[in-house]
Amino acid sequence: MLRFLVRRIFQGAIVMLLVTIAVFYLFFHGSPEAVARRLAGRQATQELVDRIYHNLGLDQPFWVQYWHFLERLVRGDLGTDYYNGVPVTTVLKESVPVTASLALGAAVIWLILGVSSGVYSSVRARSLTDRAFTGIALFFYSIPVFVLGLALIYVFFYELTTHGVHWFPATGYVGITESPYRWFQHLVLPWLSLALISAAVYTRLSRTSMLEVLGEDYVRTARAKGLSERRVVLRHGLRSALTPIVTQFGIDVAVALGGAILTENIFGLPGLGWESLHAINNQDLPLIVGIVIVAAAAVVVANILVDMLYAVLDPRVRLH
Amino acid sequence: MTQGVGDALVAGRAEAPPEFDGSVAAASRQIVGRSPFYLAFSRLRRDRAAIISFWVIVAIVLIAIIAPVFATITGHGVNHQYRGVEALSPAGQPHAPSSKFWFGTDDQGRDILVRVAYGARISLIIGIGATAITIIVGVLVGLIAGYFGGIVDTIIARIVDVVLSIPYLLFAIALVSVLGHINLWVVMIVIAAFGWASVGRIIRGQVLSIREREYIEAARSLGAGDWRIIFHDILPNVIAPAIVFSTLLLPVSIVAEAALSFLGVGVQPPTADWGQMISASQQYIDSGVAWWYLFFPGIALVITTLAFNILGDGVRDAFDPRSDRLFAK
Repeated sequence: MLRFLVRRIFQGAIVMLLVTIAVFYLFFHGSPEAVARRLAGRQATQELVDRIYHNLGLDQPFWVQYWHFLERLVRGDLGTDYYNGVPVTTVLKESVPVTASLALGAAVIWLILGVSSGVYSSVRARSLTDRAFTGIALFFYSIPVFVLGLALIYVFFYELTTHGVHWFPATGYVGITESPYRWFQHLVLPWLSLALISAAVYTRLSRTSMLEVLGEDYVRTARAKGLSERRVVLRHGLRSALTPIVTQFGIDVAVALGGAILTENIFGLPGLGWESLHAINNQDLPLIVGIVIVAAAAVVVANILVDMLYAVLDPRVRLH
Repeated sequence: MTQGVGDALVAGRAEAPPEFDGSVAAASRQIVGRSPFYLAFSRLRRDRAAIISFWVIVAIVLIAIIAPVFATITGHGVNHQYRGVEALSPAGQPHAPSSKFWFGTDDQGRDILVRVAYGARISLIIGIGATAITIIVGVLVGLIAGYFGGIVDTIIARIVDVVLSIPYLLFAIALVSVLGHINLWVVMIVIAAFGWASVGRIIRGQVLSIREREYIEAARSLGAGDWRIIFHDILPNVIAPAIVFSTLLLPVSIVAEAALSFLGVGVQPPTADWGQMISASQQYIDSGVAWWYLFFPGIALVITTLAFNILGDGVRDAFDPRSDRLFAK
């Protein structure tokens, strides 16, 4: 177990190093001078541009800059953002809670909706309800999140508001510590647009996985022992059917934690996805690297957790 | 091996069935060899939802091809900005669907019907192009990693890990901004730059088991080189999963194209594009001014992806009747 963890963390660290190198490479392959020029203002002299370029350390070779970045990283310093001079860690501290609220809330909804409808479908396979669930799932799976998000704003914000119901604001974010109720209110529509689409994946996945498991010998044994159908389905069936669901869930949550660029931008949520779009448009290297590190770390950690969960869920799995 | 024995048995029975009486009816029942592709195709033909989706896709392709006809019938050029109360409200806002503009107009007084028809072109070209690049690269990488193994496999596996753990959309946007000038090729390559990794990983898994088969050993002992074995003996065995992947990847690529345009890093205006139209409609959504501006390109996008998803589902079932995992990776 310990060896497994050490090996996986080591592998994860290598992957993250490669990811940051990729970011640096992309940045310097573009035009780092443009950053200095933009910072210098419109009527800047070439000397000023050169001085800013030098002060940011952009005139040093690629590998030297990357080395400085690593040195700072070890000390937990991600540098400061080019435009506002704010430490990147501060920006991350503000935007991570927003993204986490969005991702985790949506994850709870899609997991409940998806798995319950999938399990129900598998128990009543080929029934009318099964077909309806499958059809609805395929429909939501085919809707791009930006179409669904805008449609939700139109229906639940515009239509309701014109009829005097002010339940959902269209955009914006309120911290949970500030007002839990308004936090919830601002997040309902973003949660739904992320969750309805993802739930579709889980409906299909859990239906397939359950159908496979319910045909296994040990499920027949459980039935033969006279266990209630409920116990057979939930305790014997669902437990091992959860393995592929957990895999998918780990990846999806990790990806959402890295910033839901589309959803955050539609609903004006100042999370990682929102910040990253601005950072890229401004070529704000320290901020881009910071966000990418958080996003990649989420994926790496989720993969390790998923592998560990396998062993808990399925006694046949051994970690090595 | 068992497969070969089975074939021989079937063939033997076909040649000399014990109850063969020489009649025409019996002769016509002779067993005909059916390729897996033929079997898959005949299974697909019985899938009603898939067939309907297929015809919907044909219709969308036709609309894309004859897009100029829409411009001729309505008399509205795709980029022509109409002024006047029929096209723009006095406040300069889009005009609702009317007898002149069936789908309404956009924020610049252009005909949305004509632009939706032209938008189908971009969606299909980039969707199909990006999918083709993704599959070709993914299959090649999977073949090489799986066949050669060892250090080659390890290096490729790490690269795949990196590609799969970076935030896709973030890198796509960054890649576009670095590449600068955006054209159809850039968008296709950016979309393909991330999809190949998961295709590669799965093809590699298939190759690992195929390369241990006897016929590979036979080919090698006959003196076949590595590349001949890869392309002549292994590749045909991964064609079926590649086809299934292509149909499932198509809607993903189409949505990716629309998403890039939505974020302003896809094909550039004034090219008519669904993602761009949806993006431009955003400013009117909270005020409810122009529902048609979101609705028509949005529904076009949803119908297209839905049709491809249902067809893809059918194709997968047809190639592997036991599997039912559209969403599993």
